[in-house]
Amino acid sequence: MQPVAITAITATSCLGAGLRATSEALRAQRSGLAPCNFETVQLDTYIGQVPGIDERSLPSEISDYECRNNRLALLGLKQDGFMAATARAVDRYGAERVGVFLGTSTAGMLETEIAFRSLDANGMLPASFKYAGSLDFYSLASFVRKVLSLQGPAAVVSTACSSSAKVFGMARRYMQLGIIDAAVVGGVDSLCLTTMYGFHSLQLTSPVQCRPFDKHRDGISVGEAAAFALLEVMGDSNVPGTLALLGVGETSDAHHISSPHPEGAGARSAMQAALADAGLPASAVDYVNLHGTGTPSNDGAESKAVEGVLGTEVPCSSTKGYTGHTLGAAGALEIAICAIAVSDGFMPSGLNCTLIDPECRINYLRSLGDAGPRVALSNSLGFGGTNCSVVIGRLK
Amino acid sequence: MSGERGRWAAEVAAIGLLGPGLSNWTQGREVLRGSLPYHSQPTAIPTSTALPPAERRRAVRVVNLAMAVGFEATAGQAADLTDLPTVFASSVADTRTCDELLRTLATPERSVSPTRFHNSVHNIAAGYWSIATGDTASYTMVCAHDGSFAAGLIEALSLAATTQKQVMLITYDLDYPSPLREQRPIADAFAVAMLLRPKAAAGAICQLECALGAQLVTKLNRPELESLRLSAPAARCLPVLELMANGREGSVSVEYLDSLSLAVTVKPWV
Repeated sequence: MQPVAITAITATSCLGAGLRATSEALRAQRSGLAPCNFETVQLDTYIGQVPGIDERSLPSEISDYECRNNRLALLGLKQDGFMAATARAVDRYGAERVGVFLGTSTAGMLETEIAFRSLDANGMLPASFKYAGSLDFYSLASFVRKVLSLQGPAAVVSTACSSSAKVFGMARRYMQLGIIDAAVVGGVDSLCLTTMYGFHSLQLTSPVQCRPFDKHRDGISVGEAAAFALLEVMGDSNVPGTLALLGVGETSDAHHISSPHPEGAGARSAMQAALADAGLPASAVDYVNLHGTGTPSNDGAESKAVEGVLGTEVPCSSTKGYTGHTLGAAGALEIAICAIAVSDGFMPSGLNCTLIDPECRINYLRSLGDAGPRVALSNSLGFGGTNCSVVIGRLK
Repeated sequence: MSGERGRWAAEVAAIGLLGPGLSNWTQGREVLRGSLPYHSQPTAIPTSTALPPAERRRAVRVVNLAMAVGFEATAGQAADLTDLPTVFASSVADTRTCDELLRTLATPERSVSPTRFHNSVHNIAAGYWSIATGDTASYTMVCAHDGSFAAGLIEALSLAATTQKQVMLITYDLDYPSPLREQRPIADAFAVAMLLRPKAAAGAICQLECALGAQLVTKLNRPELESLRLSAPAARCLPVLELMANGREGSVSVEYLDSLSLAVTVKPWV
């Protein structure tokens, strides 16, 4: 399928705001995870928290969207010249030809959780609570569309941890059909009690920094992030060296709501579909950013899938030891990390993996890979058996 | 690909419908034609028998709602359910689970149950649909507030056009308990499924053609149906269903985003 250009990309997580801070932390092999001291949460776990979000309230003209998720979205949009790049796309194509497709799994859940602590005598929510700007999942896309003055089609995708990978495929389909010429895609998920206590109830949070692919891995560290990419149609003039979205593969496990298929069947078919979509053989993939959550079941199943499709030699790593699992933002965040790998010429190592699980027969990087990939594949596998693999790279 | 630049089309092979006073497409079609009167009564959501017993016991309302219309639309159709890309479109997750979880998190103990947590995710109905049908094709879950049906229809048509496969669209919404009900007054459960196929084939209900526009949203003439249209985002599809029910060719404008509407043209299959 015709690739589309990635003309701007940015990421903000506990590693810092923007690509430069993210790249520096990855190169320094420095985790952003810290013991949980978030809000009133009392859990023995580590989290990947973005500092300073709550100190920046939204400008008054967009204050109806006030929530941690949208504040994080705005912080993310302000990095790496992303807003200026979007403005140029609007000049080129028209505001109604630029879409907004974003993933989130909790939107403004935190503000709703806090509001539920102060129900009045009649059981009603405080007047300050604004449903459409916070708890409504579409609030994220509505907010970004408004901030960027876009007038094209828009939607939020909420398929748990694959949400912000799937939006890349969605936007590209609309470009292929001529519905739009460009799109802002990405994902934003922010810390809230629902996910932290929820994953804890499933015994899926680790008491230490998550350790993807380690033999003794014991769960995730929840993180938060905002990551965005600007996709544009390329026309017939593919310029060599352009960073591009090459392929997307989406499948379902149809196996279990909260556990992956034990053989990674859905992840396998998603990677195969992404390669077929990109028209590339498995040997063309230079680096894999794994979903690699650090739970025993995910990493075991994913490694079988990678081994089956790409073999045991291709360099792989999970970057969740740096950022935590940013859930609905993880797809876009890790595609941005793949873009860093391609642009800055190195492969991130996996963190906290002291004894690689011998059951995981993949080439898991535990030190920086100094050669930069031309083609990188990112996996996003979620609750509900949803799988999405995305291939990006520089055009030849 | 079907449709020219900026217009996309597909055939509607079958429909499933469930809402207040609407028990299925066969009965709902007569109501929309005007040959049966509309009596509003609470939506009766049947318990799906498609899931294994353990999952069936834990299945929350949104799962049974989506299953009811999904299986109605696929009954008797030549569709391979194990390879059917499916688009779910809704402005809400399971609303009672959301309320219960928020109340639990407001207590000092915060003893969240794992089942309640997994039932709270937005794609819970999608996940269970894929398990019940063995569907390993992709599914997605899109939201666009009151424009969620339009967002779902665009997504489903784009999938049908680009994959050249049959695609299922399941759109639904559920009412919240108080106090979220006062913030987001969805009246009752409402769901519609449309089995779409990219190419014309005998037995289809109609062809759908869509384009983005900025027209005023089409309202329904009968006040009781117009109030139903406004009662849930999924019910914003009623002007399209009314054309289908009447076997009429025509165009309507469906609610989408603040500055955009979705123009939908229905052409009966002849």
